[in-house]
Amino acid sequence: MASLRRRTRQRLILWVQYAVFVGIVALVAFTADWGTLRESFFRLDIARDMFPEVITVNLRNTVLYTLLAFVFGLVLGLILALMRLSKVAPYRWVATAYIELFRGLPALLVLFAVGYGIPTAFPNREIPGGVYGSVALGLGLTAAAYMSETIRAGIQAVPRGQMEAARTLGMSPARAMRTIVLPQAFRIVIPPLTNEIILLTKDSSLVFVLGVTASQIELTKFGTDTLNARVNSTPILVAGLCYLIITLPLSQLVRRLEIRYNKAR
Amino acid sequence: MTHPAIQIQDLHKSFGPVEVLKGIDFEVQPGEVVCVVGPSGSGKSTLLRCVNLLEEPTRGQVFVHGVEVTDPDVDIDAVRRRIGMVFQQFNLFPHLTVLANLTIAQRGVLKRSRSEADRVARENLDRVGLADRAEAYPAQLSGGQQQRVAIARSLSMGPELMLFDEPTSALDPELVGDVLAVMRKLAHDGMTMMVVTHEMSFAREVADRVVFMDGGIVVEQGPPAEVLTAPKHERTRSFLARLLDPAAAVDEP
Ligand SMILES: Nc1ncnc2c1ncn2[C@@H]1O[C@H](COP(=O)(O)OP(=O)(O)OP(=O)(O)O)[C@@H](O)[C@H]1O
Ligand SMILES: [Mg+2]
Repeated sequence: MASLRRRTRQRLILWVQYAVFVGIVALVAFTADWGTLRESFFRLDIARDMFPEVITVNLRNTVLYTLLAFVFGLVLGLILALMRLSKVAPYRWVATAYIELFRGLPALLVLFAVGYGIPTAFPNREIPGGVYGSVALGLGLTAAAYMSETIRAGIQAVPRGQMEAARTLGMSPARAMRTIVLPQAFRIVIPPLTNEIILLTKDSSLVFVLGVTASQIELTKFGTDTLNARVNSTPILVAGLCYLIITLPLSQLVRRLEIRYNKAR
Repeated sequence: MTHPAIQIQDLHKSFGPVEVLKGIDFEVQPGEVVCVVGPSGSGKSTLLRCVNLLEEPTRGQVFVHGVEVTDPDVDIDAVRRRIGMVFQQFNLFPHLTVLANLTIAQRGVLKRSRSEADRVARENLDRVGLADRAEAYPAQLSGGQQQRVAIARSLSMGPELMLFDEPTSALDPELVGDVLAVMRKLAHDGMTMMVVTHEMSFAREVADRVVFMDGGIVVEQGPPAEVLTAPKHERTRSFLARLLDPAAAVDEP
């Protein structure tokens, strides 16, 4: 009988949770000022004015910044991962120090340091690619720290026998790593790396600190600029929806890949 | 003069404080098939892995065809090219097709052309009876088929010597025979083989010599008829008794 009573109690707890949830939703719905809300967030005319630039310029820039930072971060992350796994102790120290440093710093600070620190330190040099290069560097430096740990875990997840079999066939360590271990490691880390793209997509909103021209503006900056110009919050909603256009398919992709990966094991 | 295929002198290997090989002296002649038997943990795998330097010996020397592999200046990749190795867990490359498993090192290491590598690969697949599975992925094959592919992969490099570490221990009993048949054929073709195995019938039938190891040393060795039928040492006798009738010998030391 004890089990029956426990089940009853569990059901009761569940109902209480539902009730609390419905209560909160109702409270928000009834106390919100819908009229004002619609007036400040759902002005169709303002939304319409944002097109097509919000897609052709700003969404495009967000994607571009994200991809550049991702590619740079991926390459650097791979190098750091290999350094952390190296037999050469100084490589390991450098990589570990780098990872600890950049995981501990806000991306905004790093971006700022790259945008203003490097031009100050090297007044006669320019970061190739202008703002785009600075973004790749500024966001990529931080992303590399995270991605290197993911990649390292992926490499370590490949059974040791794979490296041994490759070496036994006469492959050099580098060739074995490149043709046998890394292809398997990357298969393992595609889902977490895709998550990293999603994080980077949102971090690309920090690019405004670099001071960008009209054609370089990404979604968030465009949203807040338009908000200031029109004294209305609708642009924020439009920008938010644009982010979802990028991130929702990616999340879906991660979920699919994870399911497939779990099945394959 | 011709060198022994494998020559091991005073080989010691420790993992941390634990000495696993305690002074092994041992030779394999070209064309010879040597089976290494012994209880679990006696150091058989470690010995085998010292031959191609997957384990670095702590002390002693290993020569393969007269080349000292324990020499710090040796080109170990070049030495390994001539030594095939087959693992208990197959270790096929799961992201590559069977054919690519057989060609990747031929092309990358031996620099053979694609057509040459393909030809050699298919020849060896044929040799192990899997000519029709070239396009399959390892996961689509049974364990026995995977192990035969692994053998064909080693053979594709044209080794002068093959090492086998319990090649049938991870297989379902009904799949063991196919793999042993391939190995038997290989032995008859004159391949030099060093085989760690628990398959006593294979050792008795195919081996030129059986080496019994226990506790990191070679306890006795000789023709299979001697070592397996009339062992001189008590440790060999009790090991064989245990192997023949595991239940009867449970409380032996
Ligand atoms: N990489 C390693 N690090 C530490 N100890 C090890 C390592 N490899 C092997 N050993 C130890 O060395 C001993 C001998 O191992 P080895 O694998 O050579 O035995 P084996 O005769 O092949 O046994 P089995 O029949 O179980 O395969 C064991 O006690 C094992 O735990
Ligand atoms: Mg073993």
